[in-house]
Amino acid sequence: MRLTYSAEAVRLAVPALSLTVLLAAVFWLQPRAMSYVGLNLLFNLAVPIALATIAQMLIMAVNDLDLSMGTFVSFVACVAATFLRDTPLLGTLILAGVVGVYAAIGIVIHLRNLPSIVVSLGMSFVWAGLAVLLLPAPGGQPPDWVRALMTAKPPFAPMAIIASIVIALVAHLLVMRSSLGVLIRGVGGNERSVERAGWSVLAARAAAYGLAGVFAVLAGIALVGLTTSADANIALRYTLLSIAGVILGGGEFIGGRVSPIGAVIGALTLTLAGSFLSFLRISPDWQIGAQGAILIIVLALRLLLARIEKREKAR
Amino acid sequence: MTIRKMLLASVAVACAAMPVSALADTSGKKIALSNNYAGNSWRQAMLTSWEKVTGEAVKAGVVAAADAFTTAENQATEQAAQIQNMILQGYDAIVLNAASPTALNGAVKEACDAGITVVSFDGIVTEPCAWRIAVDFKEMGRSQVEYLSKKLPQGGNLLEIRGLAGVFVDDEISAGIHEGVKQFPQFKIAGSVHGDWAQDVAQKAVAGILPSLPEIAGVVTQGGDGYGAAQAIAAAKRPMPIIVMGNREDELKWWQQQKEANGYETMSVSIAPGVSTLAFWVAQQILDGKEVKKDLVVPFLRIDQDNLEQNLANTQAGGVANVEYAQEDAIKVIEAAK
Repeated sequence: MRLTYSAEAVRLAVPALSLTVLLAAVFWLQPRAMSYVGLNLLFNLAVPIALATIAQMLIMAVNDLDLSMGTFVSFVACVAATFLRDTPLLGTLILAGVVGVYAAIGIVIHLRNLPSIVVSLGMSFVWAGLAVLLLPAPGGQPPDWVRALMTAKPPFAPMAIIASIVIALVAHLLVMRSSLGVLIRGVGGNERSVERAGWSVLAARAAAYGLAGVFAVLAGIALVGLTTSADANIALRYTLLSIAGVILGGGEFIGGRVSPIGAVIGALTLTLAGSFLSFLRISPDWQIGAQGAILIIVLALRLLLARIEKREKAR
Repeated sequence: MTIRKMLLASVAVACAAMPVSALADTSGKKIALSNNYAGNSWRQAMLTSWEKVTGEAVKAGVVAAADAFTTAENQATEQAAQIQNMILQGYDAIVLNAASPTALNGAVKEACDAGITVVSFDGIVTEPCAWRIAVDFKEMGRSQVEYLSKKLPQGGNLLEIRGLAGVFVDDEISAGIHEGVKQFPQFKIAGSVHGDWAQDVAQKAVAGILPSLPEIAGVVTQGGDGYGAAQAIAAAKRPMPIIVMGNREDELKWWQQQKEANGYETMSVSIAPGVSTLAFWVAQQILDGKEVKKDLVVPFLRIDQDNLEQNLANTQAGGVANVEYAQEDAIKVIEAAK
């Protein structure tokens, strides 16, 4: 009997495998991490990254790329640490407003046929400017419920693990199991055929951007809950981390091919890779290179599996 | 007789045992340095000082380990992850030069909750459970005007060279300088330019503003800009005012040449990168069970006419004058704060 596996399963296998291997290596290097507290410390900063990665994944699903993710999450963090605490109503309105802005960006990109990279790069300066206006000096405080949520100690599994599973499940249902998700992936895969089938590509793209905005807002709030205060530059790394997370998790730059569960695993893997290298005591000069090497190894592994899969199909 | 002997012996034993026991208390402790950036000469000197002083301390058995970690990118989220890794690695104390005064508070709180002593310096954090070794930048600015008031009792016009616009340090030093001018009203700030703490930028900026200025009696600076100012003033063939220097090697060298040639007098003030070693000793003292106030102030490194040559000899080409602190210095700083 020959093993048969779906493309989706293969797409998930590599990230899951790399996460397991890395986790085993970390446990071996630092047995202390093999505990409730240890797992939480290893993974809690991965929660906002996972949310940002899902947001980026939604944009990549419609064949676009968002270079403003880092500054946008920073901006949301600043709003969450100021307005959301002092005047919850105004804070909620602002956050709802910026989700609307995200949807509007999707519409503009579609209507004017603009390259998303250029538009989002431009927007990144807008978000960065707004963040500095809001918090010229680092500070602020998260609303108490956010802090309580992010430092909650649920039974059995630490918050970071439960949050990651919840994020992965919600995103999976949304993108892989709902009709809206199918439409979004369809736009990324073959825009013209979706249009000919009578769907509004404009609405699909706006929905994808709007949903991405929602997840990015959640990322900013989660981040502030962990750090306990904001800084206009707090999440600049998230732009590249989120893109790398999507790719690591089995997504591709060619739209429509995404995996939400994989994206969350990708975000966890990226976070873990940093800890792994620091436990190995690799000098900081080499760390960026080593991080890159891990990325390349995982991607090479994926190409290899994809080739095997193709050969299996050809038989 | 015997009782006296016994007493003497016990006193001697106690005296001999005291430092040993003080050492023994922390000999099993591990201290980590979490550093956010290593991309300039000041930070490089800071890391070298850390390595040198803590290496000796580890060899002497004062602490078990003192490892330095630097994040690859100067980012708060990355440093927060680094601190959380240090908690897992079982360090007893974390000495921290932070990427953000507030964005690391969550990670610092986690460390405190795990029973870890956190000492921040230079780039300090606001989390109340951490110790802070801060620099009194205001006093650094004010002391320059005070020095000038002694050299030039009749006062005069000052040129102020500021740092990088929008950075907290620039605001603080400048506020101190203006406070000093208020205290010594015989001085007037005739002009002010941004030198960005870099000699080439300062030289250009000073050259640009000079033609519009009356005679300048003194130049107040922030460090890294004195040499550039001197070059610009010399090129304009104006009489050389007293330029307060900032401990950079090129500044000290120029000062020494002028001193030999025409007896030029000034002073130089900045923060020694070796402050990392002060933070190390403070962390060691806290681990040792000493009661230490949460907010400490670093003494700045001032170079005067008589110790110029000695400091210049100890400064690397292209570097910054440095001092490394010893355990006694940390104890002195702790005592002063009480």
